[in-house]
Amino acid sequence: MEEKLSAAEQLAAHIERIKRGGPPKYHEKAREQGKLHARERLRLLFAGEPEFEDGLLAECLNPELPADAVITAVGRVDGRLVAAVAADSTVKAGSWGAKSVEKVIRMQELAEHMQMPLIYLIDSAGARIPDQINLFPGRRHGGHIFYNQVRLSGVVPQITILFGPSPAGAAYVTAFADVAIMVEHNASAYLGSPRMAEMVIGEKVTLEYMGGARMHCTVSGLGDFLAANEEEAIALARAYLAYFPQHYTQRPPTASPVPPAPGRPLAEIVPAEQNVPFDMYELIMALVDEGSFLEVKKLFAPELITGLARLDGRAIGIVANQPKVKGGTLFSDSSDKGARFVALCSAFNIPLLFLADVPGFMIGSQVERTGIIRHGAKFIAAVSQATCPKISVIVRKCYGAGLYAMAGPAFGPDAVLALPTAQIAVMGPEAAVNAVYANQIAALPEAERAAFIAQKRAEYAADIDIFRLASELIVDAVIPFEHLRDELTRRFAAYETKVARFSERNNPVYPV
Amino acid sequence: MQRITAMMAGIVAQVLVQPGETVEPGQEVVVLESMKMQIPVTTPVGGTVRTLHTSEGAFVNEGDLLLELAP
Repeated sequence: MEEKLSAAEQLAAHIERIKRGGPPKYHEKAREQGKLHARERLRLLFAGEPEFEDGLLAECLNPELPADAVITAVGRVDGRLVAAVAADSTVKAGSWGAKSVEKVIRMQELAEHMQMPLIYLIDSAGARIPDQINLFPGRRHGGHIFYNQVRLSGVVPQITILFGPSPAGAAYVTAFADVAIMVEHNASAYLGSPRMAEMVIGEKVTLEYMGGARMHCTVSGLGDFLAANEEEAIALARAYLAYFPQHYTQRPPTASPVPPAPGRPLAEIVPAEQNVPFDMYELIMALVDEGSFLEVKKLFAPELITGLARLDGRAIGIVANQPKVKGGTLFSDSSDKGARFVALCSAFNIPLLFLADVPGFMIGSQVERTGIIRHGAKFIAAVSQATCPKISVIVRKCYGAGLYAMAGPAFGPDAVLALPTAQIAVMGPEAAVNAVYANQIAALPEAERAAFIAQKRAEYAADIDIFRLASELIVDAVIPFEHLRDELTRRFAAYETKVARFSERNNPVYPV
Repeated sequence: MQRITAMMAGIVAQVLVQPGETVEPGQEVVVLESMKMQIPVTTPVGGTVRTLHTSEGAFVNEGDLLLELAP
């Protein structure tokens, strides 16, 4: 008769079996695709083993379902505790069973109670369809994961890293988190697979075109960071987290101060003429601590730059127009990008620095018919509602509702600073004179028009001259180019203790 | 054939290349004027300019074809 194993021996056997994940052939297949096993990903994320794991023995009586295809663990990233949910694609393609869903919900509850960030490592085929009644429709089923994400949005940082597919319902995990890091070629997100698209709507399409990582990071705007490989994706998550507190009631952690990278002085970077492009990246690099700039949604709507950085070690969020792309004009996608980033920083007490050189929002039939007014309103609403410290720097021109989107005077900034090249107006001189005097100009003899136009433009220019604006207290200060970094450092230090609430109500009726 | 299109609505201020000309990746091929700004249009790839589909002074909408080049 076989000797029955003791409970301790059974436990050891279960643990050893479960930690190996799925069958060897799936590990081999993953390696061929450049994919690490979920437990290796967590080891990279935590630079070691997790502190502890919940639900290791989920479905332990079924040898085909180690941990029910998801690892829920708490670990440390640079000393701080983080809750992690990692799909194991070697087990039933990482699909969700009833226990997988329950494990995720419990880890979300832990993150809420213990006040720590949540990181979702996504690599899953979605729900196990034959089990769907046990994991899809109910109160404590899959939908509750998304409900919790929405409830926790802005309470603790939530990061997703896509290592593989994020299909159907699981795609929403990405959408409800704060940021999405996507591994090129392997990661994808879509509501219906290419196979489903062909069967249900008759479309023949490739995975990359419809839902690939690069597409989401450049076209749809769902992705925030495009990583070349898994190691880079995990390193990005660690770097990103360093700018954020554990919980919205805390301030972001500081780092050691570092001077900016050597480069041209600001006075050389910013042209005196208003209508020629310059590279806003060069200006940003001249202001921030060297190596501290972490750009968010770099590949999407590049006419607006959004990113995290440090000024003298203090974390800030930068929103800057990029004159090299579309003249720095604001479009619907850049408005959405700006709104999202402003909300992210406000949620976690990261002070905002706006660097404005904007001719306004785009005009014309194409953008009107795709809703630029409501997308722009979304951006302006986010800026209005941001309760973190806000400094607006008018670098060069700042016209029309561009002034509003870039935290102009009426939108609750703690300071509006201008560089000597700043020009603020409802519109530029050429457009303004044309708007007001079109009939008079047309009535003049042709030979006299140029002189008349020039005179009217000069009169208008006097009204948008920066010293006129400073004299009227439209701006709080005009800063010499070479003093800007120092000025910003001192102001953000003084604004650190800011406490602000925006408005008391059920919820805003938010522009979408 | 590589299509170079307008990224925003505006007027073609300058066409900087001619059919038959060789261009490098990142080279400016057209300058648009839009929102009172000079908007450089660059080619992402190198190659030979085949056909111009616009001319100086023309209005172009976002997505309109400016020129085609053979990479």
